[in-house]
Amino acid sequence: MTTKFNNVYIDECYTIASIYEKDGPISDYFDLIYDKDFYYGCDTFEKAEEKMLSNSISKLINRAKVIDSDVDYVISGDLENQIASSNYAMRDFNIPFLGIYSACATFGQGLLLGANLIEGKRANKIIVATSSHNMVAEKQFRNPTEYGAPKKKSTTWTATGAASMLLTNRKKRIKITSATAGIVQDKGIKDVNNMGAVMAIAAADTIKRHLSDLKIKADYYDLILTGDLGIYGKNILIDYLKDSGIDLSKNYDDCGLILYDIKKQPVYAGASGPVCSALVLCSYILKEMERGKYQKVLIVPTGAVFNSTKVFQKDSIPSIAHAIGLEVIN
Amino acid sequence: MKDRYLELVSKYTPKENILKNAVVTFLAGGILGTLCELLLRGYMMWFSLSRSESGVMVILTLIVISSILTALGVFDYCVSKLKSALIIPITGFAHSITSAALEYRKEGLVLGIGANIFKLAGSVIVFGIVSVYVFGIIRLLIMGG
Repeated sequence: MTTKFNNVYIDECYTIASIYEKDGPISDYFDLIYDKDFYYGCDTFEKAEEKMLSNSISKLINRAKVIDSDVDYVISGDLENQIASSNYAMRDFNIPFLGIYSACATFGQGLLLGANLIEGKRANKIIVATSSHNMVAEKQFRNPTEYGAPKKKSTTWTATGAASMLLTNRKKRIKITSATAGIVQDKGIKDVNNMGAVMAIAAADTIKRHLSDLKIKADYYDLILTGDLGIYGKNILIDYLKDSGIDLSKNYDDCGLILYDIKKQPVYAGASGPVCSALVLCSYILKEMERGKYQKVLIVPTGAVFNSTKVFQKDSIPSIAHAIGLEVIN
Repeated sequence: MKDRYLELVSKYTPKENILKNAVVTFLAGGILGTLCELLLRGYMMWFSLSRSESGVMVILTLIVISSILTALGVFDYCVSKLKSALIIPITGFAHSITSAALEYRKEGLVLGIGANIFKLAGSVIVFGIVSVYVFGIIRLLIMGG
């Protein structure tokens, strides 16, 4: 189902990035880069992620010149068990909080829910946020962080950082025009080191439904972005949608390939993690939309919504993707 | 008929370079083995040890070196270059234990390090002991002890 919005705008954003993002092609667009180490001045990686998220929200609040009580909700999620970074970071604020989880598609889900609440006049200002931390994700889903096992080429690299965005019902330059909620897809792939292949099907389904619901073609948008498919997932998606008559060869890219330069950086197939699409959207894309490079953008964060126990029990990996349409108002 | 999507997945998923990885592992592992043999002879000469005593010293040396490299954060980088040459010998075993210990230190001595230190190495120990029993029994039956 695709919802259209008439009254939802993007007010301000705040992004915090780390070492690998600094070495990437869009590092000039971030608001804050902490590149000393992965600890962000804390004594554990988990606390570092929580503090990054908390800082990005408080700096967003300062930048937008609002106070806690002006914000109706914060909607946030991350990769940690029990979305710990979000739940713990929200101790610092006096704002009603909704914790969500769609793995790396979390930011898309947050925008969809936030935009619906504002459009339905249930809220005036909503902050949507997310974070991820390479080391926290490694520990959670893979091996101890210092453990070095040879990695596959199709592996993606979890980005480190936090991003938050303030949505409002007051008119601003960039408007959220539409959103399509994802349907969980599963093609029976069990390889946790090939997330691009796991998630491309979810992106394909959501993009297909979005375009047909709105009765538009792919070239309606100046840019279509998927979240973190990586180079191999990107190729699968382009080829797969060609069969459905959707041509993505001209105006499509993947945030995982914008955030990192896979030719120069040791990140295998590209960036991943909930903050991957959020960092790219809240920094590079929105700034370039304001400068006039893009008028209409469709962002489709993709998530592999798997569970480590189920993976060990040899179940296949489900995935989801949510699409959000953005437009510059003249 | 095979699913079109899965066809595309196998078309675009990159093939791992098994031959190259195997050659790197063989060469790097071989060099490591040669160095260890030299060290073994060295220990026998310098400390007048027997060959088996010297072998234990070599193993201890490898464990210490790989643990220190793990703590310094360079062992995982070495593995990405030298592949399984560092994972299969005792260096990989020591690395798995040290990396787990480092990771869980912040969760306390008992419930952190104690409970998690064998997270990766545990299965090596379990199946190592089981296979020792199995082969021990086979040896007893065939060779009489």
